[in-house]
Amino acid sequence: MSKKAKAGKNGVVYLTRKAEFAASHYYHNPKLSAAENRRLFGKCNNPLGHGHNYLLEVTVKGKVDARSGFVLDLKELKQILSREVLEAMDHRFLNKEVPEFKHQIPTTENLAIAIWRRLKPRMKRAELDRVRVYESPDLFVDYYGEA
Amino acid sequence: MRAHLTRRYWFPASHRLHSERMSAAENRRTYGKCNNPHGHGHNYALEVTVAGPVASRTGMVCDIVELDGFVEREILEPFGYSNLNRLAPFRSKVPTTENLCIEIYQRLERGFHPARVEKVRLEETMLNAFEYAGESDLRGERREGR
Repeated sequence: MSKKAKAGKNGVVYLTRKAEFAASHYYHNPKLSAAENRRLFGKCNNPLGHGHNYLLEVTVKGKVDARSGFVLDLKELKQILSREVLEAMDHRFLNKEVPEFKHQIPTTENLAIAIWRRLKPRMKRAELDRVRVYESPDLFVDYYGEA
Repeated sequence: MRAHLTRRYWFPASHRLHSERMSAAENRRTYGKCNNPHGHGHNYALEVTVAGPVASRTGMVCDIVELDGFVEREILEPFGYSNLNRLAPFRSKVPTTENLCIEIYQRLERGFHPARVEKVRLEETMLNAFEYAGESDLRGERREGR
């Protein structure tokens, strides 16, 4: 019984916030021939790009602050997502406008990693747990950090 | 053979985020529009995950009818269509969705025995959700058990 009472005080709560952004991209590896690029990336290799409505889900974990009842302030998380991700990526051409993708293919995998790296240093009160990026409702990538 | 079963429910409720331990100004700063003295409401979506061996006789982890009955009686009935601030668990605790999620988990863990309650997930709006799995580490279990 005391163990259960303790669980309420000490347990960790996971909080997930969603944000949507629209961006275009194409897949191309300059180290490969044009034919290889076409074979590997198919229609995603079109250099004019194509776009998606990305849905980002950011999960943080932490103990509930006894005073506020919060893991962290959702307004603050929303501002961080807006500043670090949406302002940089929403309605952008990822290959051309987001520095991470100057020399890296903007696959959904690399996008999840880039977003993790942008958010990680901004997390003060709660720990970043997972970045999930949906490229479409049928496809998503999860990244849990370098470990 | 072990399986994890998740059932989804929803209930509407109102709340106001306000801490007696803070001044009026600090409450406004901390909770923003959620501090409105008249309160406001949400449609909370609740996901309950239970886990256990699949019984060879029934092919089930637990009888969903039993889970539904328990959730209806112990959670949807007291919390649905209520003002959370007026309920006993939130007289001394702010009814944030974090605290509501923990409260629901503890009611299930204490009272529902046909299968082990693994996790409670609570969506406050379409944009945010909270998960609680008691003392066990959500991710650790996920890596080992799934």
